[in-house]
Amino acid sequence: MSALVDIRDLTVRFGGGGRSVHAVNGVSLSVEKGEVLALLGESGSGKSVTLKSILQLLPPKRTKIGGSIRFDGRDVLALKGRALSDFRGGEVSMIFQDPALALDPVYTVGAQIAETVMRHESITREAAMSRALEMLQKVRIPSPERRLKNYPHEMSGGMRQRAMIALALSCNPKLLLADEPTTALDATVQMQVLLLLRNLQREMGMSVIFVTHDIGVAVEIADRVAVMYAGTIVETGTIAEIMKDPRHPYTRGLLAANLHGAVKGARLDAIPGAPPTLEEPPSFCPFAPRCPQARPECRAALPPVVEPGPGRRVACVLEAAPA
Amino acid sequence: MSASEMGLPDKGGPRQPLVIARDLTCHFPVRAGAFGPKKVVRAVDGVSFSIAKGETLGVVGESGCGKSTTARLLIGLTPATGGKIIYDAQELGEELSLRDLRRGVQMVFQDSFASLNPRLTIEESIAFGPKVNGVDAAEARRIARDLLERIGLDPARFAGRYPHELSGGQRQRVNIGRALAMRPRLVILDEAVSALDKSVEAQVLNLLTDLRRDFDLTYMFISHDLNVVRYISDRLMVMYLGEVVEVGPAEALYERQAHPYTAALFSAMPSMDPYARTQVPPLAGDPPNPIDPPSGCRFHTRCPFAEDLCASKKPRAVTLGEGHQVACHMRDPASGHGKAAA
Amino acid sequence: MTDTTQTAVLPAEAPAAPARGYWGGVWARLRRDPVTLVCGAVLGLLVLSALFAPYIGLHDPYQGSMVSRLKPIGTEGHILGTDELGRDMLARLIYGGRLTLFLGITPVVAAFVIGTTLGLIAGYVGGWANTVIMRTVDVFFAFPSVLLAIAISGALGAGIVNSLVSLTIVFIPPITRVAESVTASVRQLDYVDAARASGAGDFTIVRVHVLGNVMGPIFVYATSLTSVCMIIAAGLSFLGLGVKPPEPEWGLMLNTLRTAIYINPWVAALPGMMIFVTSLCLNLMSDGLRSAMNVRQ
Repeated sequence: MSALVDIRDLTVRFGGGGRSVHAVNGVSLSVEKGEVLALLGESGSGKSVTLKSILQLLPPKRTKIGGSIRFDGRDVLALKGRALSDFRGGEVSMIFQDPALALDPVYTVGAQIAETVMRHESITREAAMSRALEMLQKVRIPSPERRLKNYPHEMSGGMRQRAMIALALSCNPKLLLADEPTTALDATVQMQVLLLLRNLQREMGMSVIFVTHDIGVAVEIADRVAVMYAGTIVETGTIAEIMKDPRHPYTRGLLAANLHGAVKGARLDAIPGAPPTLEEPPSFCPFAPRCPQARPECRAALPPVVEPGPGRRVACVLEAAPA
Repeated sequence: MSASEMGLPDKGGPRQPLVIARDLTCHFPVRAGAFGPKKVVRAVDGVSFSIAKGETLGVVGESGCGKSTTARLLIGLTPATGGKIIYDAQELGEELSLRDLRRGVQMVFQDSFASLNPRLTIEESIAFGPKVNGVDAAEARRIARDLLERIGLDPARFAGRYPHELSGGQRQRVNIGRALAMRPRLVILDEAVSALDKSVEAQVLNLLTDLRRDFDLTYMFISHDLNVVRYISDRLMVMYLGEVVEVGPAEALYERQAHPYTAALFSAMPSMDPYARTQVPPLAGDPPNPIDPPSGCRFHTRCPFAEDLCASKKPRAVTLGEGHQVACHMRDPASGHGKAAA
Repeated sequence: MTDTTQTAVLPAEAPAAPARGYWGGVWARLRRDPVTLVCGAVLGLLVLSALFAPYIGLHDPYQGSMVSRLKPIGTEGHILGTDELGRDMLARLIYGGRLTLFLGITPVVAAFVIGTTLGLIAGYVGGWANTVIMRTVDVFFAFPSVLLAIAISGALGAGIVNSLVSLTIVFIPPITRVAESVTASVRQLDYVDAARASGAGDFTIVRVHVLGNVMGPIFVYATSLTSVCMIIAAGLSFLGLGVKPPEPEWGLMLNTLRTAIYINPWVAALPGMMIFVTSLCLNLMSDGLRSAMNVRQ
């Protein structure tokens, strides 16, 4: 099976105002058809930027993108105009953390979904509206006929998130990009939305790239995980591999910091310090300054990417030459 | 006044709870539109609890449950519309003035950036509290530098910095230092670590643990993250729509939840095991709006065990064990609920 | 506390910018903005020349000459020509800057002080104080500012003091409104709550925590009003409601020279050019200040 998305050596640099930020520094990853990949990382790790560059959603004037992104064999970064807008929302769509910003406040939810469908498929308004209704049923919004005529502000937070998912999936995309869609939700609602996304993904057979900072969320939704740090992928593997046998010291630190099963009162093994500011692209392992197992060679060059098993990748000196 | 006189001396002895809240209410009117009908938001509705000296009370609940409002009532930032606050055997408004209460209770907010005046250096921010309480400038400066040291920021390098020159974790340390400058005995941490990255959060939690020991502090720790609350709390209070539904020792509550809402909250935690993912959502729907909350037991609209009784009659608080109380008809043998343990 | 003290030593923790204070940062950003710097320099030159007008060897701005009326630009002895009464234009323009800038800046400064005070009270106290102040302000807002200025000046009569008063009244409402909205948004920030929680009184909180953070935006807004004020002041003089002849003032000069527009259009346009350049510089500079004072970027 060939990969649906293939990202090779992606670099993203934001410039302007004399300061530049190297947000993504050589990210390579692939997503198979029907697979859910979680991009796991903290703020500033480049996970959202990677996601947005797939849809060319970054401000073009201030952004320099390098590397390649191929979707179904096509070069995504070269798409322009009509082809780009067909691609966005048609083959790939996106859901965001804050549905209040992603939905248009002056149109009803039904009208927004119907409009999206009509833009991508040549069908009548009636057919589009009935598709909208069908979508609201699919995301299990109670009394969907009534909700179709609601404006976003008339819905609760969880309901809006469902409406946004309905909008995103209305054209049967092959790939769904999810940017922390459950982070702003209450605990009980978050789990509802996660289970909904999981079921819809299985039902529709689409691929998903799910950006999150919460390992717990990744466990609930992802098949594979790519752990990001300072704009690089430090470790990739199936969710079970990452949970049972984390290889990179950063992944281990992140798992420990989740506090799941932490003993009350015992000191936490906190990763000291904070992530780098990325004004320069990293010339050696970006985690070395915080790494408890750092060696002199970690500060000499970028770490090698080792493949300890099929589909498993770790960017760490320790993996190449175990102590 | 010198620094040592700033905090309040102990009045009630070790067995007297540091804070007792009795029947606290906070209602405020809102209008739907300019000429719409007046409605009342019942942000906090008859909340009673106590916090013993030296313990950490964890408070959990979803948005709109009133946990932040309760915190603001305790420190007098929002005036209560009813109820009593008793700080170390002195009632607020009777033996104790609001100004005195604030020398004993301090708060750390979630947004580390909005909590610091962007125009003051962090040293000035920390020294502000002591200064307005009559400590002279040089002494306040000494307190601030001392506290910077204690919160892990070298005063020689950081004292003159401005908030935007610090990272989120460092700013939150400063906020903790600013609260401690008042020499409080109770520190309310309102989602104080929620906005931090996980790796930084662990550092700040370690710091909070150290400070609790070194300064003999009592914490009220508000969070939506049950893992964090479990790690730091001695007792746990669960709130739903402005009311306390369950309160008890943290470990006991983690083992066995008496209230169906508490149970739902716990089962909404991600499983952390890829081979045993959550299969059934713990609850349906969103938490209702605290304007016009449901009648009777406020949870009855989402409760899987609700009966007619739950919609009409408010459950009373039942004591289950040592310090464990729950407000649910199912736990009250006299309630008449079908599932009530007789 | 080993891990926490380590934190401070790590290079990753060091922030990008060295500590240089708020105004240091503003200046550093301003220095990279050539437009604002040029505008500031032009305004500085205008103010200095107006201040030192008697000492820079100019002709007497009141001394006319029947023989050398309406000389064109470039005439020997009169670089910028002469006006309809044969007075030196350069001298009159520079002396005119004194009055025009005075009339443009003084009402805004007065309105800044009064409006900020009112806005702070309305925004910080809220409740009935807000209602009283803001509804009164709304009444004034119902009139266009030029019309309001003309009406008040007309009622008070012509003269410099009266136009100062009327212009001040015109500019209090917009400044109050901006001050109120900025104060209300600062007031609900957590650091104000934290200050209240430390037992500080309202006066201290306003002085230490509110004032410093609302002054910037209000000041920038007031700067942009200065150009409007200058134009209205010139307009009042043009209509004969402000400065009276023979005082040099750009608006009044524009009025008296308008008869000469067919004879010597370039000289007649000069006061208008001065008004245009000054107000443009004021506007561009206030834009530059606004972005330089934005801490978050």
